[in-house]
Amino acid sequence: MAAANVEKYKSDGTAVGGLLEWVDARFPLMALWNDHLAKYYAPKNFNFWYFFGSLALLVLVIQVVTGIFLVMHYKPDASLNASGVPVAFASVEYIMRDVPWGWLIRYLHSTGASAFFVVVYLHMYRGLIYGSYRKPRELVWIFGVMIFLALMGEAFMGYLLPWGQMSYWGAQVILNLFSAIPFIGNELTLWIRGDYVIGDATLNRMFSLHVIAVPLVLIGLVAAHIIALHEVGSNNPDGVEIKKKKDEHGIPLDGIPFHPYYTVKDIVGVVVFLMVFSVIVFFMPEGGGYFLEFNNFFPADPLVTPPHIAPVWYFTPYYSILRANTVNFFWIDAKLWGVIFMGLGVMIFFFLPWLDRSPVKSIRYRGPLFKWALGIFLVCFFILGYLGMLAPTPGRTLVSQICTILYFAFFLLMPIYTSLDKCKAEPERVTG
Amino acid sequence: MSCDDKVDCGRRRLLVATSVAGGVAGVAVAIPFVSTFAPSERAKSAGAPVEVDISKLNPGEMMTVEWRGKPVWIIHRTKEMLADLTKIADKMADPQSNRTMQPEYAKNEHRSIKPEYLVAIGICTHLGCSPSEKFKTGAESGINPEWTGGFLCPCHGSMFDLAGRVYKSMPAPDNLEVPPHYYLSDAKILIGEDKKGA
Repeated sequence: MAAANVEKYKSDGTAVGGLLEWVDARFPLMALWNDHLAKYYAPKNFNFWYFFGSLALLVLVIQVVTGIFLVMHYKPDASLNASGVPVAFASVEYIMRDVPWGWLIRYLHSTGASAFFVVVYLHMYRGLIYGSYRKPRELVWIFGVMIFLALMGEAFMGYLLPWGQMSYWGAQVILNLFSAIPFIGNELTLWIRGDYVIGDATLNRMFSLHVIAVPLVLIGLVAAHIIALHEVGSNNPDGVEIKKKKDEHGIPLDGIPFHPYYTVKDIVGVVVFLMVFSVIVFFMPEGGGYFLEFNNFFPADPLVTPPHIAPVWYFTPYYSILRANTVNFFWIDAKLWGVIFMGLGVMIFFFLPWLDRSPVKSIRYRGPLFKWALGIFLVCFFILGYLGMLAPTPGRTLVSQICTILYFAFFLLMPIYTSLDKCKAEPERVTG
Repeated sequence: MSCDDKVDCGRRRLLVATSVAGGVAGVAVAIPFVSTFAPSERAKSAGAPVEVDISKLNPGEMMTVEWRGKPVWIIHRTKEMLADLTKIADKMADPQSNRTMQPEYAKNEHRSIKPEYLVAIGICTHLGCSPSEKFKTGAESGINPEWTGGFLCPCHGSMFDLAGRVYKSMPAPDNLEVPPHYYLSDAKILIGEDKKGA
């Protein structure tokens, strides 16, 4: 291995070349560089939708860096200070008001959380429309769904830390989901909270998981996601495998090296993204109450639930699914059904590669059935997300019940409609 | 496991045995880590009973006190309110409180020791929000014209009556929990303990 690696890089006689040769005899530096960037051949027809993978990586870096600096001032302490304000809540106010530029670091982090979900949702949608989860990319997709799950956990735990009213009552609702599990539910919830109510013990463990455990898992999963992707090669808007047509050097005819072509293209995406991101950070960091909810500017009060509680926007579709279950069915409480369906709503993405039976991958060559199904799914997802922000009424509950059924129908009926669909023939090579 | 000439079966057995022993040790080491998540001794010992003076609570009013970090409501119900409890019993999921959400002495239609005073934990049995008081009745309540007063959970819309009983077909599966409590005197309640010897 090492011997072969020495052969891969020979010095060109310069000092830098010599140093590289020295390193390469001891560490596969050029091999890594080539496998993942300079000689990783990506399809030449990437479009707008292909920005969001690299943007997600950028946001991860933003979150890690800003997070490191926030931890230097934040205190995970639910006890009350001399003014009767929880220490954790007061330390966030301290960051906002007294720490030099602390407001910027915190707004970058809080806006980054929403930005993360924006780019990840768009990234997942790209996978849906171009069939990026299909064979041989099942593991790329599975690692991706695991990243999505880890991200949801990370976002939930991070939202508890400011110890505001929404932090407290949001955590109360979400942690109580576990109590719906039969037999062990109450004991499990107690174990997770570490106390009979949400309190200091809960806050401290969520802090630990938020800043150490889940980020480590996330970074590991991102590495696995990229390694798996680079093993099988990227999909593209036509959904055809570029590795089927290679030139005499074994390079795909429709492939171009990721570096410099896509690194440079992605910089354009980064610049545009940072422009939008900066506008939000500097001019509307609360995002109209969608990124930072107004009720979270009140310190946590265990005795009073705010009159209207809703999760942050990125959880609302699943929150709607939870609330849509109001009927006791068989011998199981509506409460447990709600939890089951909410969990399934996320987990069902894992099975997508095996539910899709279409002969083609990309939406460009799919028939009308898939396009309609995807359209209905998208509309339902948005309606569920919208209703999740509003207080429940009988009418809204009915709409969310219909949307929940259609949400699951998209997945469960997929083997049927994708095999019946009238697809167009895929081209031999990518179309441009 | 088949043994042939290439495998030294003695060494293979030793390898399996040490792997199993190592695995058992690994699981054993996980136990203390998992156990740290359970409530600490300090958390277990907190939760002393709370003494409440109800002499200033007028009919039709409620007060909230904190016990074990949870809101406990004390409601002084009027005669009309108590009469309504019987009228709306058929709209309740569990009108006679057959599911164990209360001590034996509160297992009745009004779910309390003395009919006029209700003591209940103000935490929705669905997912733990604290329901809001909706004491205004009829159309004025904004809920429905037949509303006789009660509570509405802001999170998922569960409705409870003035005995903490949940209406039918609500997300919440159970009536509000009644904590252990007893009367120290006519004007004082101790929340968190059953009467000694009772």
